Amino acid sequence: MSEADKRDRPWLMRTYSGHSSAKASNELYRTNLSKGQTGLSVAFDLPTQTGYDSDHPLARGEVGKVGVPIDHIGDMEVLFNKIPLAKMNTSMTINATAPWLLALYVAVAEKQGANPSELQGTTQNDVLKEYLSRGTYIYPPGPSVRLTTDLITYTVDNIPKWNPTNVCSYHLQEAGATPTQELAYALSTAMAILDAVRESPSVTEERFTAVVGRISFFVNAGIRFVEETCKMRAFNVMWNKLAQQRYGVTDEKQRRFRYGIQVNSLGLTESQPENNVQRIVLEMLAVTLSKSARARAIQLPAWNEALGLPRPWDQQWALRMQQVLAFETDLLEYGDLLDGSPVVEAKVQELIASAEAEIARVAEQGGMVQAIESGYVKRELVKSHTQRMRDIESGDLKIVGVNCFTETAESPLTAGADAGIMKVDVKAEQEQIESLQAFREQRDQAKVKKALAALREAAVGGENIMPVSIDCARAGVTTGEWSEVLRETFGEYRAPTGIDISMAGQADSSEMDAVREKVRQTGEELGRPLRLLIGKPGLDGHSNGAEQIAVKGRDAGFEIVYEGIRLTPSHIARAAQEEGAHLIGLSVLSGSHLELVNDIQSELQSIGAENLPLIIGGIIPEDDAETLLSHGVQAVFTPKDVDMNLIMTDMVNIIRRSNGLEELV
Amino acid sequence: MESTSDSSQIADLVAGIKRRERACLAEALNLVDDRRPVAHEQAAKLLQELEQASLAAHSHLIGLTGPPGAGKSTLTAALISLWRQRGRRVGVLAVDPSSPISGGALLGDRLRMKISAGDDCVFIRSLASRGEYGGLSAEVWPMSLVMLAAFDVVLIETVGVGQREIDVASICDTTCYVAQPGSGDSIQFLKAGIMEVPHLLVVNKEDMGAVARRTLAELGTALGKAHADGNWEVPVLAASATVGSGIDEVADALLKHWETLIKTEQLVRRRRRSQARWIIKRIRDEFGSQGISRLGGEVELMQRISVQRRSLFEQHETLRLILLETGETHA
Repeated sequence: MSEADKRDRPWLMRTYSGHSSAKASNELYRTNLSKGQTGLSVAFDLPTQTGYDSDHPLARGEVGKVGVPIDHIGDMEVLFNKIPLAKMNTSMTINATAPWLLALYVAVAEKQGANPSELQGTTQNDVLKEYLSRGTYIYPPGPSVRLTTDLITYTVDNIPKWNPTNVCSYHLQEAGATPTQELAYALSTAMAILDAVRESPSVTEERFTAVVGRISFFVNAGIRFVEETCKMRAFNVMWNKLAQQRYGVTDEKQRRFRYGIQVNSLGLTESQPENNVQRIVLEMLAVTLSKSARARAIQLPAWNEALGLPRPWDQQWALRMQQVLAFETDLLEYGDLLDGSPVVEAKVQELIASAEAEIARVAEQGGMVQAIESGYVKRELVKSHTQRMRDIESGDLKIVGVNCFTETAESPLTAGADAGIMKVDVKAEQEQIESLQAFREQRDQAKVKKALAALREAAVGGENIMPVSIDCARAGVTTGEWSEVLRETFGEYRAPTGIDISMAGQADSSEMDAVREKVRQTGEELGRPLRLLIGKPGLDGHSNGAEQIAVKGRDAGFEIVYEGIRLTPSHIARAAQEEGAHLIGLSVLSGSHLELVNDIQSELQSIGAENLPLIIGGIIPEDDAETLLSHGVQAVFTPKDVDMNLIMTDMVNIIRRSNGLEELV
Repeated sequence: MESTSDSSQIADLVAGIKRRERACLAEALNLVDDRRPVAHEQAAKLLQELEQASLAAHSHLIGLTGPPGAGKSTLTAALISLWRQRGRRVGVLAVDPSSPISGGALLGDRLRMKISAGDDCVFIRSLASRGEYGGLSAEVWPMSLVMLAAFDVVLIETVGVGQREIDVASICDTTCYVAQPGSGDSIQFLKAGIMEVPHLLVVNKEDMGAVARRTLAELGTALGKAHADGNWEVPVLAASATVGSGIDEVADALLKHWETLIKTEQLVRRRRRSQARWIIKRIRDEFGSQGISRLGGEVELMQRISVQRRSLFEQHETLRLILLETGETHA
């Protein structure tokens, strides 16, 4: 047997991508496939993820920004033009609207002449973590679990090779989860979903075992790569035990922990962004080193994600990292390198023990759905994330180029005319809206009406949502229409923010005391405690940054008014006035900061509150930051601003300046 | 609102409040929140105007209280949309606790009150308890006067378990207690007489099923039905703000209590009494219990203030001056 024969088959290699329009994304996919990518990973824009058509007011500025806009079957056809779906393995990062996007996928496959039963791929379809991080939920937890379950039972019967749900711990780590919390909450989520499927009357015992076998996970790997490897091994052990003991799965193959991975975006830095390359490579080792706990599919972020949207070349670089590891190194020639290591085994056991204790705490509250609704899980995550931020601030957690070794030569990578990031075509949104409106005009309205009526009936009556959704897709229903019917049936949900964490454990330091004194003194001079309104305009649900500022602001003595995610510019302006805010702080991570700030400023003007100072935080390229400042925004904060005390002091001085007071040093 | 000084500007502000102009409402709320002496004078003038309006009683002041997690904000949100359907204009004061260490606060109640942003007939102001956990900071009462002048229904939402409920009950026309299913606390407090009996008890989260039904039954038996105010039997209702059941009944019961207050001519008396309590509270905040006893003790003071026909704000100023002067004599 030759060396090559002994080699393991490499994992599926993907790049999470999609932008501007179905046409532009299709071109990108075909280029990526020609470069040796072996699967597709579709990024949808926020309106598609949260169930709005591209011409909805909340979608303004968001169309085509963080992914591809899909309004109807026409867009989906263009997206997969000349990509035979029968042969493709497609991962779709889609949750609240997962049944709808899968319905569109099936309808397009049919049009291509493929048999739906041959389709392979993954729908993320894990809404529970959306309540904790990421924020693209729509409906309350009960109906959301039902939609998840419908998709699972449908695919097990009709698309047997499909991975119907990808239980995500990825986003939990992004929200601050420790390895223990990742293990505990991901497995508790899987239990919540499987328990619901088991209770569903249409599922026989035999089919249920198949469902357990189809559950896959989407995991994160951070820079502590030894611990992360141990985490993956712990997942293996715990899932195997759970499938056997709780769900009685006898076939060992169906108890395997199958997972895909995207490595850490939380730890990617804006300062000295080239350091992200070595971070990503080391993190990839965490999920490949141990053969028995190796990822089935890997997608790596690009080095410049903390700066803005990656360009095709940046994505190619990320793909090449995987190819070098898989095809140049000898990693795939060996069995498991870590079996028998006492150090690894001890760490794995430690993680299992602590995760089991946390799982028990969640179970005591009635399970994951209840622990989310009560705010418990979110509170624990905010606590962990706050601790992390404090450790970075104090220097206990070292980040090269951020809080140590900060001196640097100028980077040629960001010196180009594009500053090292991709610029989305500003015309894309308008073009998408026009094509949507044209599509709506030409379709058979009676057919649409009939399909939507059937959808409503299934939603109310409890019949599986998938067949009627596929009919909707064929009839030319739009994403917004499909979601709206379900919104009317199930209601809309607002998730707990977790910022009501206990007053204990507030950071105490002399710098903090000094900041508090400034806040107090300024409040006294202005007659009442300083008020900061924190708003997240648009559809982007990444609320961790906003929540950290909220908690820190509270600790510093501000009265913080926080309304959570998905607010319109007019809502934010009016709330700031009603609440008597001294300052408005916006958080935008979707790239639509220019449009949204502009809209909020005109709303403020229209209600006579144009003198209220405005600051913004988010992933904001330098050019845009300058534009914002020249348009009257008082300060722009980006991921490289890690000193929270400094941010607080800036906020106090901005308030002082706009009220004619001398700045404090 | 840093420089308005003459009375015509105050008159303009009052007129703006009555027209529910949002900028005027916000300005007035900022003014009564402002602790600087110059603002204090203007606020007194403003409130003097509004006080008369409040005694005319066209609007209903409701206190909504209960333990953390009982679902007060979602219930408030459901009530707001129901009142809007019934054509009532609504103001809300939502109180959250302040941090005892930093004095800062996280005010997140708006989060659960997703209101259509374009609706000019709903106005929400969040407030920090500012050192009065479960209680009300001194600004709540003047703020409620501003709101009463503009809206048909004004609701004060506050966290409370036990003793401090009295705070919200003492300034509102109607107090509604929201109980958490499965929690025995509320019942214990009611039985032990620690908590003043509210005018309406709601077990929220009716969708929790058996647990909610048990709590409902326990509350029903724990209470003597008749309220100490007289003329009122305390209803115990089940509701679920998330699925939208029982909200009509809660709104009806609140309205019925208010109509009873008017019919039995208790409303004006109740409001005068709560205004007197507020003066005593302000004086206690500024001069301590010592100050109260120097003015003859709480009972005596209450008596004195309630019978006076003069504006309460004038009275407040007079009492302050007495204390400041006699304080100087002592020094």
